[in-house]
Amino acid sequence: MSALIGLEVGQVVERDIALSRESLVRYAGASGDFNPIHYRDDVAASVGLPGVLAHGMLTMGVAVQPVVDWAGPERVLDYQVRFTRPVVVDPETGAALHVVAKVGQLGEGTARIDLTVTSAEQTVLGKAQVVVKTDG
Amino acid sequence: MPVNPEIQGRQYPPTPPYLVGREKVREFARAVQAEHPLHHDVDAARAAGHADVIAPPTFPIVIQQLTWNQLLDDPAAGIVLERIVHGDQRFTATRAIVAGDELTGQLTVTRVRSLGGNDMVTCETRVTDAAGEHVVTATSSLVVAGEPA
Repeated sequence: MSALIGLEVGQVVERDIALSRESLVRYAGASGDFNPIHYRDDVAASVGLPGVLAHGMLTMGVAVQPVVDWAGPERVLDYQVRFTRPVVVDPETGAALHVVAKVGQLGEGTARIDLTVTSAEQTVLGKAQVVVKTDG
Repeated sequence: MPVNPEIQGRQYPPTPPYLVGREKVREFARAVQAEHPLHHDVDAARAAGHADVIAPPTFPIVIQQLTWNQLLDDPAAGIVLERIVHGDQRFTATRAIVAGDELTGQLTVTRVRSLGGNDMVTCETRVTDAAGEHVVTATSSLVVAGEPA
């Protein structure tokens, strides 16, 4: 495995990600999280939500993919997010996420990548940071 | 019933070993739109020095959920699923999860505090392999809404 070289603070990768109701059902099955607020409009409404929401863990899972594709999944040492705003997934049009992954800091053999994740122009994750191994 | 503050510091028994299947890794990877070949292609994973395909960085949530169930099933904890909102999440890994791993999770409630009518429960699930070696620690804050007056 070769080292990641030539990284500079401020370098950016961007990606658009589409989520549909099918994405939510697929994630529910794959993860084992069957909370009905992620696939039933009536249940979401009954607990006062504006609609069916994406699983926070689905948003977290897709948002790191630009970093995984660039660095390799085995290099991700640490990944954290705060769930600051729910992502409502419309039954017909779904939801669009935009991810900006930016090299925030270079350390000893590691780099911190800061993610900015937005949906409908609003940030949905806070303090979204990935630490990747850059050496060896 | 509010969250019982006495669960702070409580540690639950390790979960039974979870065998990570190759198709489960691929299924989870498709669900999070992960297209890297190391998640799907066994030959590519072996060429990169792994025993089999490797799981996406958020896959440990599958093990962590098993440990959350212990917390939800504990009548003394006072935590009801419908009232939980996921506040934050972190994974700190020693190594990637590989298909064929047998993983065990052990949950510790690290902190319980009241926050404007809600309770914030912070818990940590330490995931280890069949040899007892650390693989990843999953840390979460769960916001448990107070009951309406």
